[in-house]
Amino acid sequence: MWNVSVSPHVRSNESVDKIMWTVVACLVPPLVLSIFVFGIQVLFITAASVLSCMAVEAISQKLLGKPITVRDGSAALTGMLLAFVVPPGVGYMTPVLGAVMAIYIGKHLMGGIGYNIFNPALLGRAFLLATFPVAMTSAWLPPMTDGALFTYMTGAVDAISTATPLAVIKEQGMVGFRDTYGSGMEVYASFFLGWKPGCIGETSGLLLVLGGLFLMYKRYITWHIPVSMLATMAVLAWLFGGETLFTGDPILHLVTGGALLGAIYMATDYVTSPSTKSAQLVYGAGIGALTMLIRLKGGYPEGVCYAILLMNPLSTVLDSWFKPKRFAGPAGGDK
Amino acid sequence: MSANLTFPKGGVHPPEAKGLTEKLAVEVMPLPDELELVLGMHIGAPCTPTVKRREEITEGAVIGDVKKGLGVPLHAPAAGSVKAIASSAHPMRVSTPSITIKTDPEAAPLTWEANGDWRNESAEALLGKVHDAGIIGIGGAGFPTHVKLKPPADNPVDTLLLNGAECEPYITADHRTMLEQAEAIVEGAKILLKILGIKTCAIGIESNKPDAISTMNAAVAAATEPAYDIRVETLEVKYPQGSEKQLIQAITGRKVPSLALPSAVGVVVHNVSTTKAVYEAVALGKPLIEKVITVSGRGINKPANLLVKIGTKVSDIVEYCGGCTPDLARIVLGGPMMGFAVSTLDIPVTKTTSSILFLTEDEIDTREMSNCIRCGWCLEACPMGLEPKEIGVYVEANRAEDTAQFGVFDCFECGSCAYVCPAKRPLVQLIRLAKMKAKRS
Repeated sequence: MWNVSVSPHVRSNESVDKIMWTVVACLVPPLVLSIFVFGIQVLFITAASVLSCMAVEAISQKLLGKPITVRDGSAALTGMLLAFVVPPGVGYMTPVLGAVMAIYIGKHLMGGIGYNIFNPALLGRAFLLATFPVAMTSAWLPPMTDGALFTYMTGAVDAISTATPLAVIKEQGMVGFRDTYGSGMEVYASFFLGWKPGCIGETSGLLLVLGGLFLMYKRYITWHIPVSMLATMAVLAWLFGGETLFTGDPILHLVTGGALLGAIYMATDYVTSPSTKSAQLVYGAGIGALTMLIRLKGGYPEGVCYAILLMNPLSTVLDSWFKPKRFAGPAGGDK
Repeated sequence: MSANLTFPKGGVHPPEAKGLTEKLAVEVMPLPDELELVLGMHIGAPCTPTVKRREEITEGAVIGDVKKGLGVPLHAPAAGSVKAIASSAHPMRVSTPSITIKTDPEAAPLTWEANGDWRNESAEALLGKVHDAGIIGIGGAGFPTHVKLKPPADNPVDTLLLNGAECEPYITADHRTMLEQAEAIVEGAKILLKILGIKTCAIGIESNKPDAISTMNAAVAAATEPAYDIRVETLEVKYPQGSEKQLIQAITGRKVPSLALPSAVGVVVHNVSTTKAVYEAVALGKPLIEKVITVSGRGINKPANLLVKIGTKVSDIVEYCGGCTPDLARIVLGGPMMGFAVSTLDIPVTKTTSSILFLTEDEIDTREMSNCIRCGWCLEACPMGLEPKEIGVYVEANRAEDTAQFGVFDCFECGSCAYVCPAKRPLVQLIRLAKMKAKRS
């Protein structure tokens, strides 16, 4: 028997599932590198995060009487991103609690996918930072160069206090940074390739960028938000990041912390970012500016998380200021 | 070779699917036993019958006319008798008044021949013939052609465009007509130019029809005369290139203002098959009683380009085309982007039917809708620069009255937005609901 529906009767092959799971797939290479750099517990933290996000989504939707849509991959993606923004030495309950905040409160209580104002993974991270301030700011691990995966799993994972590059900059200034890490291209290269302490997903800038380029090739994201955010960061880092004006280090700020992860994977989240290209440029620039403000002048060493959360509510406003251009105005107006 | 002409904003690229029928020459379908002539085929006031039950009629006789209001007469496509004055199934109206004719298989079909030279007649007389032949925009719009040929005095026209884009997937009716009736189309263009009192005509054809482009070029070249300036323009393949406003912008660069007609920018657009019908009406005295339609899709055993009498039932066409395949999932009158799905085969072809598609499950997309994820792809796809995602979300939130701000009245329901939506939201349906309730600002 045949069926009827309203036109169009053909549609493109793309779907929400395809988009979400493709982004998840793009995050697997950085995850694998992170496991080699920080040990096998990274895999378990990520698995705990992904599975609890999916479970919390199913439970939330059941409680709210809505159809269960876990299969679309959006909760799994939030789980990956949430794991990517916690230090590699946190306990396994940490991402689970973060998942409850991110998915139940940050997504489903706000109305479900498409209706959440804030990026769920970042909301989860902000919650964890407030709830577990010590673990979230000191459970860093030094990168292993020998790939001994189980090193950090033997015994309790004590917070081996290794400061992240941004923490060193915040506490000891650029002088202290150069003392610890040195300077020059090797420093940038090693940071960009992944050999630095940081959150699980902040390791390899290279792999994150490659994933981002693939997503641009698939037209899932465009250059507007990442480039406007990173360019603004670079300019402000150069202007204000040094001891005097115009002596800052723009490259350093792009390869440290969550700049690349945030620019490519967090700020570009469809739901919480504006939809028109012009609005996206303003949005990205705003995130870049707030990130540098927090990094250089605020109390935290890293600002990407809060910068994005602060710009999220402005997406709707920016979209209303930068509407798409109409084909033509009414007759008698502009011709 | 410079890039082909196109419209800059929006548009999508659905798979063309023309391979099923583009090489098939037009076949004449044998006369069916019955024809159902819908009285309201054109935009405007529907016809009232001018015949009675059991009345004998000849081929080409007037059987319905519009006494008051906008419209054109309706003619009997074949000789026979009036079996009933009742109603027929209709994709939009569900049921619509119609005249059923029982055809006479013994009657010899008329041959329509040239009777005099149209060049000796005045523009007014030619216009009268266009009206009397019952010609409307058979590309699908159904607007009475004679009205389009008399633009209002305050909006003079300087360019005629012929629409040979045929941008919907599957449909190859205009393509075959351009290949097989190129001279008739060019002659029809000249008739239209004379009626309008202008000399410039451009024929827009998408580049996926290279044979039609060269055939039309040859026909234009063979018929050059100083009074008329006719040329063929190659268009980029992009949906909805055949949409009037997009066609005008691609060829002339002019943008028809919101809620205005093409005459506002000095242009009149006619479909190539309508142009051929004008030629036949004026030069051969033949009313609009038959047309070429494409029967396609993987759900029909024998796809074809058929010359059918207006009023032929889809069920008869299905039988002639070898029947449906078992995996038929949807029947569409029109193209897959804007056509209407029908639930019965007992539906007659009208003057505006361009194709009948029999689509299988893998040719259509029946995935369930989900929430709008604000990806913005619909904003990129909309050729009019509207905001489909907002309209959809507002309708779902019971705020359809407030959707005028998103351009809902400029939407011509091309379906590009719904085509790209990854959340499979029925945006065209939501926009139609919005149009019913939106308050004009």
